[in-house]
Amino acid sequence: MSLTGTPIQAPLEEQPAGVDAAAANPKIEGRSTWQLAWARLRRDRAAVISAVVILIIILVAIFAPVFATITGHGVNEQFRTTGLNPEGLPVAPGKTFLLGTDDQGRDLLVRLAYGSRVSLEVGVLATLLTVAVGAVLGLAAGYLGGIVDTIVARLVDLVLSLPYLLFAISLVSISHPGMRIVIIVIVVFGWAAVARIIRGQVLSIREKEFIEAARSLGASSWRIMFVEILPNVMAQLIVYATLLIPVSIVAEASLSFLGLGIPPPTADWGQMLAEAESIYQQAWWFIVFPGAALLITTLAFNILGDGVRDALDPRIDRL
Amino acid sequence: MIRFLIRRIALGVFVMWMVTVLVFGIFFLGGNANTVAYRLAGKDATPLTVMLIRKRLELNKPIYQQYGHFLWQLTWHHSLGYSYYHGESVGSILKQAVPITFSLTLGAAVIWLILGVLSGVLSAVRRGSIFDRAVTALALFFYSMPTFVLGLLLLFLVSFQLQKRGIRWFPGQGYTYISANPVKWFQSLILPWITLALVSAATYTRLTRGSLLEVLGEDYIRTARAKGLRERRVIYRHGLRSALTPVASQFGIDVGTLLGGAIITETVFGMPGLGYTAVQSIQNQDLPVIIGIVIIASAAVIVANILVDIFYAVLDPRVRLH
Amino acid sequence: MSGDVILSLTDVVKHFPVQSGSIRRNKDVVHAVDGVTLEVRHGETLGLVGETGCGKSTLARCITRLFDLTSGQIVFDGKDISTLKARDMRPLRREMQMIFQDPYSSLNPRKTVGSIIGEPFVIHGLEREKDARKRAVQRLMELVGLNPEHYNRFPAEFSGGQRQRIGLARALALKPKLIVCDEPVSALDVSIQAQVLNLLADLQSQLGLTYIFISHDLSVVRHVSDRVALMYLGKIAELSPSEDLYEKPRHPYANALLSAVPTPDPAEAAKKKKIILVGDVPSPVHPPSGCRFHPRCPKAQQLCVDEDPELVARAGDQPSHLTACHFPVKSAEELITATPQIAEHERIVEPEAVSAETVSELIEKGAP
Repeated sequence: MSLTGTPIQAPLEEQPAGVDAAAANPKIEGRSTWQLAWARLRRDRAAVISAVVILIIILVAIFAPVFATITGHGVNEQFRTTGLNPEGLPVAPGKTFLLGTDDQGRDLLVRLAYGSRVSLEVGVLATLLTVAVGAVLGLAAGYLGGIVDTIVARLVDLVLSLPYLLFAISLVSISHPGMRIVIIVIVVFGWAAVARIIRGQVLSIREKEFIEAARSLGASSWRIMFVEILPNVMAQLIVYATLLIPVSIVAEASLSFLGLGIPPPTADWGQMLAEAESIYQQAWWFIVFPGAALLITTLAFNILGDGVRDALDPRIDRL
Repeated sequence: MIRFLIRRIALGVFVMWMVTVLVFGIFFLGGNANTVAYRLAGKDATPLTVMLIRKRLELNKPIYQQYGHFLWQLTWHHSLGYSYYHGESVGSILKQAVPITFSLTLGAAVIWLILGVLSGVLSAVRRGSIFDRAVTALALFFYSMPTFVLGLLLLFLVSFQLQKRGIRWFPGQGYTYISANPVKWFQSLILPWITLALVSAATYTRLTRGSLLEVLGEDYIRTARAKGLRERRVIYRHGLRSALTPVASQFGIDVGTLLGGAIITETVFGMPGLGYTAVQSIQNQDLPVIIGIVIIASAAVIVANILVDIFYAVLDPRVRLH
Repeated sequence: MSGDVILSLTDVVKHFPVQSGSIRRNKDVVHAVDGVTLEVRHGETLGLVGETGCGKSTLARCITRLFDLTSGQIVFDGKDISTLKARDMRPLRREMQMIFQDPYSSLNPRKTVGSIIGEPFVIHGLEREKDARKRAVQRLMELVGLNPEHYNRFPAEFSGGQRQRIGLARALALKPKLIVCDEPVSALDVSIQAQVLNLLADLQSQLGLTYIFISHDLSVVRHVSDRVALMYLGKIAELSPSEDLYEKPRHPYANALLSAVPTPDPAEAAKKKKIILVGDVPSPVHPPSGCRFHPRCPKAQQLCVDEDPELVARAGDQPSHLTACHFPVKSAEELITATPQIAEHERIVEPEAVSAETVSELIEKGAP
């Protein structure tokens, strides 16, 4: 051993471990976890198909007015003569009404298209808020510990041991019905699960030396939580968010089905199914199409969510 | 063990107390004595009823005294309140609803537990086979299925289509008490059971499969295999034991939640259990009944959670220390 | 070499509460660091050596104020930093940096090398412009022998030695005066260890750095240090210039440890007698009274049980050679023949072999 001698530029033993020959070329930049996950996701056929389905649903939601323009049927327009038969019942799918009409003689196709707007809006907004609140509280509880942790942990215990749907309908019942209260209810009962997962993750990440390194550089708690730890739990958050979207969509539809969600006449899938409940025996299309729309949407998000999880956490493959 | 029990029950009591605060906060705060009384009176209440409520619930007194009264009634008199809409005590309204919810939940729970765990274990053991893929796909399908969509589809595709052809095995909506006619009771429950069970079983299939696969990757399973145990014994004696703990915990919470009212299923099939009663009460603005149901349901969930934790503690002594 | 004092510790103590029981019934504490006094001079390398669990890493974290002190005083560069709050400590962090043991967990796996090394600039508001920061980072990468082109790579793509260089570049970014190296080469292959050690030495002479070098490896510490402090159970047993300690160890513990260092020359090795210590290091929750080494010390006497020896220069030593021992060793030979002169219960005795019956009995009873 000698104390003199210059640092060696690229010693043989120090070639990047576990990188193939192509990566030895310094021009090639490292592939991040995200890039690798993206590559894996693109190879998952079921996930790709469901992503396409979701894209179509999003397009339908954006261009819902186009359906109204093409058919010439307004979303809340009641066709008492053409849309209802002489007994006052909905008409079956046909040339004028491609997917038939509802109990008030409105075009089901147009209403389904508009209904996707509510589902997606609630699904995405409620999920983003839920994940944001859960992540911030989970990070704070896990990293700061002490009294913050105690309070958050108690709140998590409380929220997770409430019969959420009952509390949800109670909350909705004493406030003005509408999208805002639906989203609030989903967030209030959803954040706890996210916070619990993130807290657990943070507790193990907190012990890593890079956190000490950041502290010894003088990083603030805020910076450590959001710049150092957050990227390390991002994968879990994304997986959770993808799987939470269908849950939120179903929660909204369920509330609307119970008559506690989006008030009429706004077109909403859950509400349509509630209206269909009384006359499904005369109008199969009235439950089949909204039911199918809801099922396809949640199915697509769940398949995509499973795909995202497998792509971000390839551990499962190695079992 | 006894110290663990005491601590766990104390925590349960604490959570229950938090629930009463929460319920009180939701229904009694935000408004003056009149609006609160009006809220509790139900739809189309007369001014006389509203005045009566104001007096009975001591709504003119400060908030903490109102809460004290509320808690006192609940704990000391075991009284859940009085429904002014029905002109009946909340307790007697709920007494009619509880057996319905019980029949529905417990029957469905048996089906979904057997179905979910069995399919989950089989598909984990035959990982990658056609059976596994079919089960995984089916589980995902029913996992994505909103309960009320499945309920409505079953009503339409099974009950209605058969009835059109003269087969009346499955009545559409409604409920028959077991004391009135056991056969009809059973018939009226089949579709609700299937609805609730299929949707829930999907979660259990996914949970069991995932957790068993994870456990089977552990070192001690490899050790068990290495010492020459038969595969069957490795999986059922060594693997399942720890794989089923998350399943048990989910089961306790699910059953607890549903015992407080299988809201959606009861509504779809028009069964006047706790959940349906709750929805009806909201439409009638009959808040005392909702308060009663929320409190009963919370108690059910909390008790279920305690039972799950005790079950854990019996299985795994380490839990008792924490 | 030895210039002004840059860091001085006076009676630094760090206790950790033992967490057990639901309500804090347990008042036990781990005596991780229990009264350490030493000085570090500008431009030198102070080696801090000891077995696992002797408190050397805790001491490092007290110096860099990652931990709050239980008591004692730390003066760095003329400023008392022992009770500074995190915010007041921040400007001082530019002067004092740390390199960590585990090259795998000390770098954030989700960040590129560029942003890891550039982080000190961001935190302290230096090199605000993006291009300037990139240039500064790449200069640092060159300085520690990394390819600056690898700026956008992730830590996972580097070997252990390269990762340690990344950690070093990060520590150097703020041009610190003092670097605390916590076992910087312990996790590396021996061939790579030499490279990193040489790099540390080169940087020291180029940049005029002061190092506190922590290791459990006596040879590595001897190789890099000007002075060495040997720790045992939270206290310094012996502190002296490097050569002195290795040639003429005075503390019985130092003698025992050094006798166990392998010698490359077989003839030499055959001559050498190993001093086998009895038992394991006692628990730092209930450290022994008096001299902490007394239960295992072949030379122990009643005084060692009653009184904690001070860390001072002993008779016949240089004033720079401090030993915390009432009866310092004159030659290694005497330790082999010595027998402790203290009561049986004050000593650690080799545990008797446990019979198979006792084991099954213990299992039956469910005893720990």
